Amino acid sequence: MWIYDKKLEYPVNIKNPNPKLAKCIITQLGGPDGELAAALRYINQRYVMPSDKVKGLLTDIGTEELAHVEMISAIVYQLTRNLTPDQIKESGFDTYFVDHTTGIYPVSAAGTPFTAAYFEVKGDAIADLTSDMAAEQKARATYENILRLADDPDVRDPIKFLREREIVHFQRFGEALRIIQDNLNPKNFYACNPSFDKNCGKRR
Amino acid sequence: MNDYNELMMKIQKYDFTLKELNLYLDTHPNCRRALAMFNKYKKLKTDAEKEFNQLYGPLTPIQNNSTTDWHWVSDPWPWERS
Repeated sequence: MWIYDKKLEYPVNIKNPNPKLAKCIITQLGGPDGELAAALRYINQRYVMPSDKVKGLLTDIGTEELAHVEMISAIVYQLTRNLTPDQIKESGFDTYFVDHTTGIYPVSAAGTPFTAAYFEVKGDAIADLTSDMAAEQKARATYENILRLADDPDVRDPIKFLREREIVHFQRFGEALRIIQDNLNPKNFYACNPSFDKNCGKRR
Repeated sequence: MNDYNELMMKIQKYDFTLKELNLYLDTHPNCRRALAMFNKYKKLKTDAEKEFNQLYGPLTPIQNNSTTDWHWVSDPWPWERS
């Protein structure tokens, strides 16, 4: 079960609204490499993992991604406060505004609603952890694109923090993959699915 | 494992009681009777979790008290328990 803490993982204090930038940053909430997809990816993958360390890691990173969902939502919220009708029209935020006003709804930068098709659960520890490492790199690249588009230091600071977290998660997933591989018989590498085939591939 | 299940069930009951009181208090924040019950069950939960931690290990990462082992990741995970 989960418990909510009434605090952000890292502070978000944005003074100036910027609806155009908000429309880009919201992709890290509801886009293909966003935090919501990451949270659901890890929380769903953990059940069939053949190692307790990896079950723990996916639980803990999945939980942290939920905190990142909240940070991105806070950034989008603060970037869209006190908007004038002219600001909404000129910024291109009008296409989001017409459906959601300034509420927080998970969509990609291009406006596609969030879908579970954005994440993967293969039920195979090697396939899933390899895919998780790629997911962290794609999220890191997205944050770097956001940093190319954002000038406001109030926005850049929490985005830089989130970018760093992708790098740390990538590192931990690399170690998790090694833990799984170390428990396989190297002569039987990839011949069976350690999440499904009982004892198959384990050293006797 | 019987004592384990018994203590776990006790914690789950306290947690659920606290959750129900939590939701009720969200819409009735001045209800002293509910507040008194909340405080009563909070103490019961804290004590039961302390006992559980000493016997079987932590229920949250922050409860990991060992200076030699990270028991947090140890099996079984909740979805594996009977």
